[in-house]
Amino acid sequence: MGCVESMNYEIVLRDASFKESRDYIKGNFKEFVDVQPGFKVFDVHVIGLPPIAIGLDGDFVIFPYTKPCHGTFLLRVEDADEAARLRALKK
Amino acid sequence: MVEAGEQLAGGSTTQPATALLVLGCPQVPVQTSIALYLMNRLKKAGITPVVAGNKAANTLLVVADPDRHYLGEVMDLDRAVALISDKKRDFDSCYVFIHNDAGVSYAATMGAISKAKLFAIVYGEHYEEQVKKIEFPCTTIAAKAVHNPLPLKKAIDEVKPWAA
Repeated sequence: MGCVESMNYEIVLRDASFKESRDYIKGNFKEFVDVQPGFKVFDVHVIGLPPIAIGLDGDFVIFPYTKPCHGTFLLRVEDADEAARLRALKK
Repeated sequence: MVEAGEQLAGGSTTQPATALLVLGCPQVPVQTSIALYLMNRLKKAGITPVVAGNKAANTLLVVADPDRHYLGEVMDLDRAVALISDKKRDFDSCYVFIHNDAGVSYAATMGAISKAKLFAIVYGEHYEEQVKKIEFPCTTIAAKAVHNPLPLKKAIDEVKPWAA
């Protein structure tokens, strides 16, 4: 997973479809921000059908991570700076 | 005859046209065969193909074409997405191989980040299910093809994307 491997992440959903991943974020997190494909979250360019929902839960960022053979994972990573950066996009 | 990428204006020529082939998971056998076929047709039309896939998909092509008759530049899929997203590189056309949900996601991404003319090459046992998810502008070329590449080859030949 490249740089994702070095993150301390929790897998929220695995082997999901992109739609399942988006629905999960919008259904389970009060706070989210919509971004375009290719937008960088941490060092990952997110993949998917626009708009792509990124969940925010306190200092946690919940984002989709897609691999060709394994579908979409939803990863949850704690990072106050990245959460603040994403939150600022909503303003 | 003017080949793709050439310009006659002012008598000058530009760089040859380029095509990015975005490979999906290589678990469906026709992908490697059709990728080699498509690269052959693109090269004959004067278009330089570049392949982006995961390690397994790329290695299948590298091993199948050791003298690089068809295969040119090969790059990691994540790197290709990063280069295009960061506006460091782009292509004239882009062919995304799709047989699962991830393939549709990659195609939508290419449509959003790249200026390339987008082609969705859809195949596999449940190809119709994937076709229904394509709601973004592109040319869809689809056939039920798993082990036998001929139905997909036929569908591609009918569209002749290298001549577009």
